[in-house]
Parts: sequence; C-alpha cells; structure tokens
Amino acid sequence: MWLFNSSVGRKVVMSVSGAALVLFLLFHGAMNLVAIISEEGYNMICEFLGANWYALVGTLGLAFLTVVHIVYAFILSVQNYRARGRERYAVTDRQESVEWASKNMLVLGFIILCGLSLHLFNFWYKMQFTEIMHSAGASINDIALATNGVHWIKETFACPVYVVLYLLWLGAIWFHLTHGVWSALHTLGWNNNIWMPRIKCIGNIVSTLVVLMFAAVVVYYFGLSLGASCMLS
Amino acid sequence: MEKTINITLKVWRQAGPKAKGRFETYKLNNISTDSSFLEMLDVLNEQLVRERKEPVAFDHDCREGICGMCSLYINGHPHGPDGGVTTCQLHMRKFKDGETITVEPWRSHAFPIIKDLMVDRGAYDKIMQAGGYVSVNTGGVPDANAIPIPKAKADEAMDAASCIGCGACAAACKNGSAMLFVAAKVSQLALLPQGKVEAAARAKAMLAKMDELGFGNCTNTGACAAECPKNVSLSHIARLNREFICAKLKD
Repeated sequence: MWLFNSSVGRKVVMSVSGAALVLFLLFHGAMNLVAIISEEGYNMICEFLGANWYALVGTLGLAFLTVVHIVYAFILSVQNYRARGRERYAVTDRQESVEWASKNMLVLGFIILCGLSLHLFNFWYKMQFTEIMHSAGASINDIALATNGVHWIKETFACPVYVVLYLLWLGAIWFHLTHGVWSALHTLGWNNNIWMPRIKCIGNIVSTLVVLMFAAVVVYYFGLSLGASCMLS
Repeated sequence: MEKTINITLKVWRQAGPKAKGRFETYKLNNISTDSSFLEMLDVLNEQLVRERKEPVAFDHDCREGICGMCSLYINGHPHGPDGGVTTCQLHMRKFKDGETITVEPWRSHAFPIIKDLMVDRGAYDKIMQAGGYVSVNTGGVPDANAIPIPKAKADEAMDAASCIGCGACAAACKNGSAMLFVAAKVSQLALLPQGKVEAAARAKAMLAKMDELGFGNCTNTGACAAECPKNVSLSHIARLNREFICAKLKD
C-alpha cells in the first residue's frame, strides 16, 4: 500500500491527518468563543457534545487521527535521521528562507502533546469521561458539573500557572501550524510558484486565528477571575 | 591590484569508504581573492605534494558550473556561502583574511564517502535510470514547431532542466531527502507533451527508486531550494507530489 511504503504516501498521511486536526481546532476554537459571548450558550454546547453517540464517534475519530499523526511523525523522524547518515556535519548554518518551525516540528509536536495531556486532564476527564463513567455506573467526579463547561473554564483559568502553561502550549501550536498548514497543501500537490506565497500567508492566517480564538478565552477568564478577586478584597 | 588573504582550512580526511575520518587543519598563505575555491584547493594540494603528503581528494570536472561534479559542504553550506553558484564558481573574495574555513563532504546515507571529500553519487544515476527519460522511437526528427508548447510551460520545464544533479539538495536536507532532484527530473518531462505520455509511470518509478536507495522523507523545510546552485524552485516538489498521488489514485 503506497500510503505506508512510499515517502510521498507517508507524507500524505501526515498532511491529511494534520489538516483534519486543524479543521477540528477551528471548530473547537469557534465553540470556545461562545464562552465569552454567553455562558449558558457554552454550557448548551457542552451538553450537546457530551457522551452522545455522535460526540463519542467524533472523539474516537479525533483520537485515531492524533495517534496516526504521532506514530507517523516518529516513523518519519527515525527514517529521516537514518537517511542523514552516521557522520553528522561539524558546521551547519541556517538558510534565510527556511522557517525555524519546519526544522523543529517533532519538538513542537512533543510540547503540543504535553499540553494536550494537561488539557484532557483539566477538561475532558472531568466532563465527557465523567459522563461516560456515570453511564457505566461508576462515579469519579460530580456528574452535575460534567456539562458545566464554564465552571471548569473559570476554575482552570483562575490559576495563573495554568494560564501561562496554556499560553505556552498555544505558542507551540502556532509555530507548528505556521509550517503545518501550507506544508500539508504542498504535500498534496496543491501548490505552484504563484500560490507558494499565498498558501504560506493562508497558513499564517489560519494558525493565528486558531491561536487567538483559544487565547481569547484563557485571557478573558483570567481577567474575570482577577476582577472577581479584586471585588472580594 | 591583486589582493591576497591568509586562511586556515579544516578539511575532512578519510582514507577510504570504511576508514575512520577526521578533520585536518592546514594553513594557506597569500591566496589570491581572484582565485576560485577549487584553485585554492589546488594550491593546498601542491603544498601537500611538496611536503610529500597525500593530496586531498575532491570531485571536479568542468569548473564552469554546468557538469554537477563538484560538491563540498563549506562552512555549513553546500557549494559554500554564496547563493546560486557551484563550488567551482565560488571565489575566495567571499572569505575574510584570517578566516577558518571548514570543508566537509556531502553527508547522506545514500552518498557514501569514497575518499576525503569525494562521495559516490551513483544513487542519482540509479534514480535517472529508473525513469528519468523519454522512450522515443528513433527516426526522422519532427520540426520543432510541429508540437506547440505554451511559453510559460516551456520556461518552467527549462528551469527544472537546469538541475545538474550535483546532490546539494540531499546534502542540505535535514532529512537526507533527494526530493528536489527527483522533482526537477520529473517536472522537466511532465510539463512537456513528449514526456506526458510516461509521466505517471515515471513519477512512480523514480520515487520508488529514491525511497529504495535510502533517501529520507521530504518535510518541506525548503533547505534544498535555498542551497540549490541552479535555484530550482520548491514548487517542483508539489508537482512531483501531484503526479505521484494522481498516478497512485488511478491504479
């Protein structure tokens, strides 16, 4: 199968899984913005995307894409490291047109994975997972709070450590996507000399949009918590 | 007025493919800034011969930037710090007096070292043999204007055809990938009506050969195009991807 045993095939798997995850981020980010506009509205979305069958299928699909993207990243990195040969260059210099992110996608990916684990613990474990366990008869967290997304957002982003960690995570995502988005299109063959600067620009816009949508919620709720503590004191 | 500089060279010396290599340091005085990099290496070798030492082995042939024989990874750049030139077109005026210049061979799994700075680039020939040609019946040569080709396409094909197969792309790539070379060779034919007929089979065969020979997977960093002495553009890689993916989807 060419998706496994050819270099372009393996890159197609990376680009398609990556592009699908970017679409998910856009969708997720748009939903998060609702939390700024209306708390009830956001909780309605949380209820809608709780432990329903369609949300569970979606979650499984995302988990599959993430695993494929990570497994292929490691396979490609090992193969590429070997292709470089045993002796490394003693002196290396950077080229002006080569983006820093493009050479550090694995490191950025690792930071993103760490952030993702934290994020799953902060939200998914307390929300969808609690609902799943509740339906299975076990109770690990308060089921009443499982669809109260705003509660968990307020609790998490009242803590400055989490705010900094989330913003660092979003920074890594921004760098990862500035290379990832245009590179995915390029790998699928959707590029030429005219479109090269255009798709790079589109990539920068998409990654900035994604990161701004998420960062807005983090900063907004951190600000709210500061305001609340000021009023208390 | 001729200007001269004194330089220190750190050159990779390796007796044979299996031998352990190391850097040797040489001092060279009064090198004319008008001399080319290879002429400077000739001066070094004359000095080594006079001292009854083994001269440095390096590849070179036409010395005018069209044969693709010269290589050398100079101060962290294939074909040296100057852009759009091969090592033989690189001049010593690009270096400062008293500078230490590090000269290494191409380092890639698919380009084993033969001796010192010479590597075996036979892998590129094997990729070409896998499909980098047009099978035509011999016979009368048709008039050049019998097959109309749009100017833009002809130019693009010509730009791809400027690839001299020197190996700088694979040498520069952090993934040891030869994609820019394969892309240029696939592009130059895929763009023209004569090459279109076999385009799908060619893309599959050349890419399969590239993978088989141990080159890496392209991750679109663009170091290849940045270092290419012939400025072959990165967008040719997109065309190769397109040709390959379409060919596989049609199977």
